[in-house]
Amino acid sequence: MNVHYDVIVIGAGVTGLSSAWWLARDGLSVLVLDKGVVGAEASSRNGGGASHYQSPLFAEEQRLWPMMDDLLGYPTEHQRERVIIATNEHDLDHYHFVADNCDEMGWPVDRIDGQTAREMVPIAGDNCLGGIHFRFGGHANPQRTVQAFAWALKDQGGRVIQHCPVTEITTEGGKVTGVTTPQGHFSCGALVVAAGPQIAGLLAPIGIDVPLMAGRAEMIVTEPAPLMALGGVDGNGLYGRQTMRGNLAFGGGPHEWIDTAAQGPRARPTTPLSRSLARRVAELFPRASHLNVIRSWAGIVENTPDGRPILDRIDNVVIATMSGVGFGLSPATGHAVRDLVVDGACSFTDIAKLTLARFAGLEPDWREQRGWLPLTGA
Amino acid sequence: MTDRIHDRYAIDGKIPAPDEMHDIVVVGAGPAGLAAALEAARAGRQVLLIDEHPVPPALAGSDVPLWFGGRATAALQAPERLLETLVENEPLIAECFEAGVDVRLGTMAWGLWRNREACGVLPRAMLGLADGQKSWTVGFDRLILATGARDCALAFAGWDQPGVMGALAFDALVTRYDAFAGRRVVILGSGDLALETARIAAGRGIDVAAMIEVRDAVQGQGTMPDAPVLTGHRLIRAEGGIDGVERVIIAGPDGAEQTLVCDTVILAIDAVAAIELAEVAGAAVVTEPLRGGAVIPGGAGEVLPGVWMAGAATGLMGPRALAEAQARAVMAQALGHTAELPDVPAAFDRMAYRAEWLRALVATSPDTTMVCQCEDVSRADLVGVQPPRYLPRPDKMGARSIDTLLEDGPPDAEQVKRLTRAGMGLCQGRRCREQVSLLLAMSANLPPKSAPRGNWRVPVRPVPLGVMADWQETEAMSAGWDVWFGIPTQWIPYPDIGTEAETRKLATLAGSMHL
Repeated sequence: MNVHYDVIVIGAGVTGLSSAWWLARDGLSVLVLDKGVVGAEASSRNGGGASHYQSPLFAEEQRLWPMMDDLLGYPTEHQRERVIIATNEHDLDHYHFVADNCDEMGWPVDRIDGQTAREMVPIAGDNCLGGIHFRFGGHANPQRTVQAFAWALKDQGGRVIQHCPVTEITTEGGKVTGVTTPQGHFSCGALVVAAGPQIAGLLAPIGIDVPLMAGRAEMIVTEPAPLMALGGVDGNGLYGRQTMRGNLAFGGGPHEWIDTAAQGPRARPTTPLSRSLARRVAELFPRASHLNVIRSWAGIVENTPDGRPILDRIDNVVIATMSGVGFGLSPATGHAVRDLVVDGACSFTDIAKLTLARFAGLEPDWREQRGWLPLTGA
Repeated sequence: MTDRIHDRYAIDGKIPAPDEMHDIVVVGAGPAGLAAALEAARAGRQVLLIDEHPVPPALAGSDVPLWFGGRATAALQAPERLLETLVENEPLIAECFEAGVDVRLGTMAWGLWRNREACGVLPRAMLGLADGQKSWTVGFDRLILATGARDCALAFAGWDQPGVMGALAFDALVTRYDAFAGRRVVILGSGDLALETARIAAGRGIDVAAMIEVRDAVQGQGTMPDAPVLTGHRLIRAEGGIDGVERVIIAGPDGAEQTLVCDTVILAIDAVAAIELAEVAGAAVVTEPLRGGAVIPGGAGEVLPGVWMAGAATGLMGPRALAEAQARAVMAQALGHTAELPDVPAAFDRMAYRAEWLRALVATSPDTTMVCQCEDVSRADLVGVQPPRYLPRPDKMGARSIDTLLEDGPPDAEQVKRLTRAGMGLCQGRRCREQVSLLLAMSANLPPKSAPRGNWRVPVRPVPLGVMADWQETEAMSAGWDVWFGIPTQWIPYPDIGTEAETRKLATLAGSMHL
């Protein structure tokens, strides 16, 4: 079997699916392959935040998010705006620094006092000293969004094959010709590699060295709280949101660096870190501390050495890793990847600082220098 | 810690040793757990035996851990008195006290962590325990999971009202709590679990209006009750008022309907092994129809290094003496002795039986019947893979279903769960996971054995934030806490990268990142 597609995307996470959807909208034939199911990894295991003002993709993300439900045809639970509240002076100072950055970049932000914060966040307590209110940004439901991208892609004629890991990228004359999988070989005109922690292992055999290290991060979620006017609330060392159902879903705190196998992580265990997360949620929302925690989970997240994305095209291969900050930016990331594949350059923003070449002089022991090393266990 | 560099914001060294250490910990003070604890104590070992009963009233009201179905009396509101009742009703608890076992009732185990793939940070394996006020961690040399079974709920018209409950909850309320509020029950099923349920009812003077069996013959081997057993019958619906069930409508083989007056419907079709702790600790899970569905491979014995399982938690269904004998043998093995496990009687295909019941109940109930009571997910919405009602359902959404998901590959219970929210509520899917699993299998034309299942996560019991919280967090944890990966360059605004502003902002961010 050898079926040809204009573009093959490896990885049915939110970055890969958004890219595939943008490409399919251009009329290209697109195939997305995944080792597991749609959005099973970090794309559905994150805080759902969409407020990453530091990114060059952010303006395009902000333009797109309010339209995404209509563009995709499926609900994403996107909600606008965010509040970050402080329970100590140190955090409040830091949030004001964040607000200064937003001011510089032209994103509207209010500095709010404790009383205003408590009015906006009824489950906050007397320990709340105030915070910052982003009049931009927002959050969405990661699982629903990633599935919406997959369905919208199929509505555009694209194809997704789950449980179909890529075992080899085939090349000819320095160019990628296709991929080999247990279901046969698929040939393509261009390849997008958006396979998260597996990117490095996939590309190394064809001579592209992508410096990545995977980490395991944890979250907890409570039973529903009464709905707040603004669900995008965090602080106290946490990221997260109140879902439209009312659940409080929060993560943060230390990560564990791990080795990942070529076929991806076989387990995503949580640890007693759940208790430290519970404590910080209870401190952030004292009036919700009676709510039951009903689940915890961990996600495996890839990071580049500087924590910034790699969005780059090398011949007919596009590399797309968002280095742990991918969900919220995904509508714009797909657009950028589409531009790289079709036009060879991003049309709407400068992403020249996100090339792979910036790591050309990276020391071979960069992981050791940073202490980004797996633990061997007791 | 070696002399290698450690990332300040990584978890390295931040999880402290357990708050308590014990030689042997037994989770569950049912027949198996009590027998195991006594066996070890009499061998001179130090044993901690914990049991979650009496459960907090709020938890019982949410049908955790058993499906109490709103049929507990006000006695549940007085946990102190209940403690005495539990001890009075279970003589082996007193024996455990006398044998020197550290018995703690009203203590739940909500987490079990061990180092394994993708986790190497724990000083040792540990349990997360909680009472009503606080949580703490407990280490062990040997852990025996005698966590028993939980109720298997199947939906029918009118099941989502007080008075519809599980056989194990009925047993607990009658024989352990003295707190069953019903007077006249209808029992669904005629297997050994149902026959035992009828026997318990008869022993306490509770009327059994009838036992209903969809198959043509009684399924159990036990003693037949005095109550009528209506084989070849179907349950049409349960009807009731403000206090819940008042009657059920059933239909005979000829289709003739009749009404049975009752205040309680007890689902005694099957029970499910309580594998939660083993699964969250990384044990493999397999579906074995003869052991009632999702179980840990191998049955009674060591399921993970240092962790043994015995009794109903292994899918065992049988007389109490069998569970006790098995638990004693497992404990002997855990102590390093050679001990032969008692023979387990030949079971029948419990999943096929369960599936037959579910098909019968699906046939008599509208597809608007709720499958997930916590999240209000109907059967139609489940197999339609539709989002919850608070979200819009645009035309394209309405055209999606389990069938269109199947085009991408085999059904995935986790995926369906997150899209529909079935199983994501406060009861942690206790009232719906078995039926969701079977309904997905039916939609995908898979045999019950291949039914996709959702997994368990910590906490395996709902635990309030303020109780789960670690209020004595270590300095290492507090000092090395960052909201994300602690990579300051990640948060530098793009225009600043490579400029003087980047240097300045990195200096400000150092140590506090993106808090």
